[in-house]
Amino acid sequence: MSIIATASPTVPLGRRVKRFMGDYPLVPLLILLVLLVVVLQIMQPGIVNQRWIANTVKFAIPLALLAGCQTMTMLTGGIDLSVGTVATMAAFIVATQGVDNPAPVAMLIALIPALLVGFANGIGVGVFRVHPLIMTLGTSLIGVGCLQVYQRTVIGSGAKVPDFLIWLGTGVTWGFPNALLLFIPVAALLIFIQKRTGFGRLLYAVGDNERATRLSGVQYWQVILALYMFSSVLAGIMGLLYMGLIRAPSLSLAEPLVLPSVAAAVIGGTSIFGGRGGYTGTIVGALILTVLTTLLTILQMPEGARRILFGAIVLLVTAAYLRIIEDR
Amino acid sequence: MRFLRQHGWVAGLFALFVVLFILTKIIQPGYGAGDFGSLVRAVLPYAFVVAAQTVVVIAGGIDLSVASMMALTSVTAASMMAGASEEYALFVVPFVLALGFALGALNGILIVVTRVPDIVVTLATLFMLQGAALLVLGAPGGGAAEWLKNLIIGTVPLPGIPDGLTTWIPKALVLMVVLLCIVWIPLMRSRLGLSIYAIGSNQLAAFRSGVPVARTKILAYAIAGLFGAMGGLSLTMSTGIGAPIPGPYLLASVAAVVLGGVALGGGKGGLLGPIVAVFVLRLVRTDLTLLAIDPNVTAIVEGTIMVAVVMFGAFIVMRSRSS
Repeated sequence: MSIIATASPTVPLGRRVKRFMGDYPLVPLLILLVLLVVVLQIMQPGIVNQRWIANTVKFAIPLALLAGCQTMTMLTGGIDLSVGTVATMAAFIVATQGVDNPAPVAMLIALIPALLVGFANGIGVGVFRVHPLIMTLGTSLIGVGCLQVYQRTVIGSGAKVPDFLIWLGTGVTWGFPNALLLFIPVAALLIFIQKRTGFGRLLYAVGDNERATRLSGVQYWQVILALYMFSSVLAGIMGLLYMGLIRAPSLSLAEPLVLPSVAAAVIGGTSIFGGRGGYTGTIVGALILTVLTTLLTILQMPEGARRILFGAIVLLVTAAYLRIIEDR
Repeated sequence: MRFLRQHGWVAGLFALFVVLFILTKIIQPGYGAGDFGSLVRAVLPYAFVVAAQTVVVIAGGIDLSVASMMALTSVTAASMMAGASEEYALFVVPFVLALGFALGALNGILIVVTRVPDIVVTLATLFMLQGAALLVLGAPGGGAAEWLKNLIIGTVPLPGIPDGLTTWIPKALVLMVVLLCIVWIPLMRSRLGLSIYAIGSNQLAAFRSGVPVARTKILAYAIAGLFGAMGGLSLTMSTGIGAPIPGPYLLASVAAVVLGGVALGGGKGGLLGPIVAVFVLRLVRTDLTLLAIDPNVTAIVEGTIMVAVVMFGAFIVMRSRSS
């Protein structure tokens, strides 16, 4: 009888570990994150302290917010590449409007273009059925043009970043970055939407099988319109926060974060074809990418080699992760 | 009639091009052969990058790394030719083309082996190629052989054709047509071309009919790499240097592919449409410049045209499907 009792341990250890990780896809990601931090600590002893953690979190938050847009849109099998432009617009407008207007008004004005871009994306993807990649690339092109024209009109008035945003972006209270005040509610909201609301279920449903969802009576275009407007507003809010963090308005402020935001969502286990994934993984993905960037900076390699390594690691992690969660 | 239905989209684009051309002539009565030559020279790198994207999109993928591929091949060519003899360039050109082919194949191999979606793999290789370009050349520089630069300057004198006509045939146009045809026509006539359309329209069906899906995909990306290398070389030709920062070619390539009637998702379309689309997009830009419109407004107009045309196209597809 002892044979039966020991039957389950005879399954090879590697297999069991793999199955465990497949059941809890967050575990391998967290292990990777811890591993990266340990490597960092070994390479530069003493770097990992409270200040460093606060700093890392501070820089991971904007990335995680943008990656939130990607996660939401990817659940339906879409993608939102206009987030960089939307965030930059919001940031630039809040800095320039902040000169004449009180901060809350400037922030509200800054979010108007975000709404418009989101509306255009939603109409294009939801009603006209344009491929999301094309639609969002197109609207971001238009957005960049508008921003440049706008820049001409305000070039003389200078820029002023509202103090509140600087406090939110760069401030640290009791060792915690103030940006968490924004991020935790937003993250909770995203996870709540995905897990607990009908809208979230519709997103998964649309991404999993669009035809079946339509046949079940879902108004596809309404879901998509709401989704892309939500994504754009989130990107706009991220732009405001990022402005407070960087404090120097420019016309390509958030643009370099767009592709990493896609990478963060993919590393976090959200399928680019839709129907699978969630925001918790994305947050860990954003943290991994931020720590990775620090690691590569510390290695003091030339910029070129750093980019090569970055690309290679993103690919490697994604491939390994797909293997783990698919081969169950 | 059948021809029109089959090639309606391309014919429409071509008509649009002609209308735009007449419009240009009205705006600027002096618009002549020389201006057309510079238009073609501006189109040249775009044409190659669009060809690269077209192959991959027909095969059902998407290549985000095309612009970085151009940057890498351009700086490689420029740094190898800097200070070297004219004959040395004869060796550089095939080397760079082979490099593009190999790197493109690498894209394909990574996609096949890792089973990660195309868009993510090429996103990762975008970073890698960009990094490699920065390692080759930290700042814009390098050089190009004179004969290479002269390849795209001036016009082709053809015997038996009146001078008035040959001035309208710039060398760059001939180079573009010849290079694209050399790769494209044999490709479409071969089994490989058929396989590319097959895996693009239905990968599973293609696999079950005995199409070597993995090999076809790798070769499609390799050909895209080859076109990318041509684009990089044409950049070096027209500027005389290489720049490690990729230009706005990724966006333009995707836009032109879609405008040209190639369905994202694969299996449909040809090369002619996207190439005409590139000409249309560039000519719009020329027109707006001639009208003395703020170049920033030009970006808005271009984006709006792109979005409007794509919406219109999607709308037509939707109508024809429901009826």
